[in-house]
Amino acid sequence: MMQQLVMYPLLFQLFLSIGLIFLWKKISWQKWISAVGSVINLGISVWLFIHIWENGTQGIQAGNWEAPFGITFVADALSASLVLLTSIAGLAVSVFSAGSLMSARLKFGFYPVFHFLLLGLCGAFLTGDIFNLYVWFEIIIICSFVLLTLGGEKAQLEGAMKYFTLNFLASVVFLTAIAVLYGLTGSLNMADLAVKVAEIENRSLVQVNALLFLVGFGIKAAVFPLFFWLPASYHTPPSAVSAIFGGLLTKVGVYALIRVFTLIFEVDPFIQNVILGIAFLTLFSGAVGALVQNNVMKVFSYLVISHIGYMIAGLGMMTEVALTGAIFYLFHDIVVKTNLFMVSGIIHRVKGTSDMKKLGGFYGKYPLLSLLFAIPLFSLVGIPPLSGFWPKLSLISAGFDLENYWIIAGILLASFLTLIVIVKLWAAVFWKTGEKLPEQRNFPYFDNLKNFQKTQLIAPIVFLSFVTLYIGFGAENIHSLSVRISEELLNKQMYIDAVFNKS
Amino acid sequence: MEVLLAIMIGVLYAAGIYLMLRRSLVKLIIGVILLGNGANLLIFLLGRITKGSPPIIPEESSTFLEAYTDPLPQALILTAIVISFGLQAFAIILVKRVFKVVKTNDIDEMNTTDAGS
Repeated sequence: MMQQLVMYPLLFQLFLSIGLIFLWKKISWQKWISAVGSVINLGISVWLFIHIWENGTQGIQAGNWEAPFGITFVADALSASLVLLTSIAGLAVSVFSAGSLMSARLKFGFYPVFHFLLLGLCGAFLTGDIFNLYVWFEIIIICSFVLLTLGGEKAQLEGAMKYFTLNFLASVVFLTAIAVLYGLTGSLNMADLAVKVAEIENRSLVQVNALLFLVGFGIKAAVFPLFFWLPASYHTPPSAVSAIFGGLLTKVGVYALIRVFTLIFEVDPFIQNVILGIAFLTLFSGAVGALVQNNVMKVFSYLVISHIGYMIAGLGMMTEVALTGAIFYLFHDIVVKTNLFMVSGIIHRVKGTSDMKKLGGFYGKYPLLSLLFAIPLFSLVGIPPLSGFWPKLSLISAGFDLENYWIIAGILLASFLTLIVIVKLWAAVFWKTGEKLPEQRNFPYFDNLKNFQKTQLIAPIVFLSFVTLYIGFGAENIHSLSVRISEELLNKQMYIDAVFNKS
Repeated sequence: MEVLLAIMIGVLYAAGIYLMLRRSLVKLIIGVILLGNGANLLIFLLGRITKGSPPIIPEESSTFLEAYTDPLPQALILTAIVISFGLQAFAIILVKRVFKVVKTNDIDEMNTTDAGS
């Protein structure tokens, strides 16, 4: 019975979203059910996480078909922690969107689609079958298309066009890679592939295949030459939608890269150098892009790109210390990026604009809120002892171990540029005396909201800030979790055994 | 047969990418469709084509006697077709909405999301 625990987060989200469809017109019901459902889902994820932490990697065969033939779901420490973080971010965004989204958007099925998106994310983290991973990816992108276009503003539609095209291209490249992999091995089960790919004699074909996966997941993760869809689309939807996109969608691509390149493919020096080069350029170009933007949402969009580079750098170095840093950074980044986009939503609400030139005087008006917002902003920079600092320490020490000074330079440069960006943003939005803007009609200003709505907007930010503070001050625990995950990733026999023994 | 299919898949991929690079929205959609079909045929081809031997074990024996068609790629293609059908349907509606709101068919003119703030 305990084995089926792996499926519970998926089943719960599935039934929750189907249930929400039946309440299509009843918005206030949907808000409550979504929030309560997210809390229950958080409980299930914690349960799954504790179970995996105590008993090690668990696998379950859908329909009891034996391992290489059926679809396998596997929860190792990495999957379980990412499911946990998904439900934490999901809970925060669920409450935040109840307060921030206009009811016109909610009437067209925001909540059902939102929970389908969370279902897709959890599925992608938990599946042990490469084609099933493709299917979860499609569920994710279909839901994200709907969330992105919901509302139908001009900017949204233009952004969605770019987002659609490149994500569809990524799916086709991913599908092509799966086809070639199936042609080479005749298997789709990731544990089975790990064994069979190592035995293939035609290594150059394997290398081409690995590069196809790198491009397919690279577009999703928004790495250096493939990221242009992200800053064109992430700032167009409402901030609640951007929060879930910025926090989780690109991270699924990173997760898939980590999974595929640790489990299925042996990383040879060529691919390692490609990944490291991409990581360096991603770090650099994202940070420089953020430097020149004036829209708060766009600054954060570019920072999403830049910080993907840290995780890719950790993956490229491929030592235990580097992977520990990458995993730790992944955890930190999901929480902080979700939080930042919600913060940008409130900044937008206060004056009705996200333009840094027109904003200002936030600190004078809301000193306590400013202090709250400082937590995610400065965690992002990685000022010790906040959460961004510790993974960078691991990454840099891994760079010294390998004597790869380029990547150290990239990491330090990107951190430094992030610091400049955040300081610039802090000065422009919080400290500068702002000009008085003409009042917009029908705009739901933050001051005019009811207290209950204000609580709905601020409570999730407080919640995620506490999680960030925990990651920073309880770094010991997160670090030992990351060490355990990177050990599991590098010792893939554990994953393979978990899939095949339990069948 | 394999050679013919391989050439066809190559043409589909090339035509799909070419059309996606054009500036017209409608050509973009056609490119997307061609590319998706190319990928589906690739799965079919790489699943090894075997003619006229369905994967059915004869009643008197307990194993396959000769090479058989692998049924799995066809199941994969079916899934992929359904998914890409959904995506294409969405894309066509999206293009229609975009055309109504932006009032242009030229992708180069859709630059409000990149400019300034």
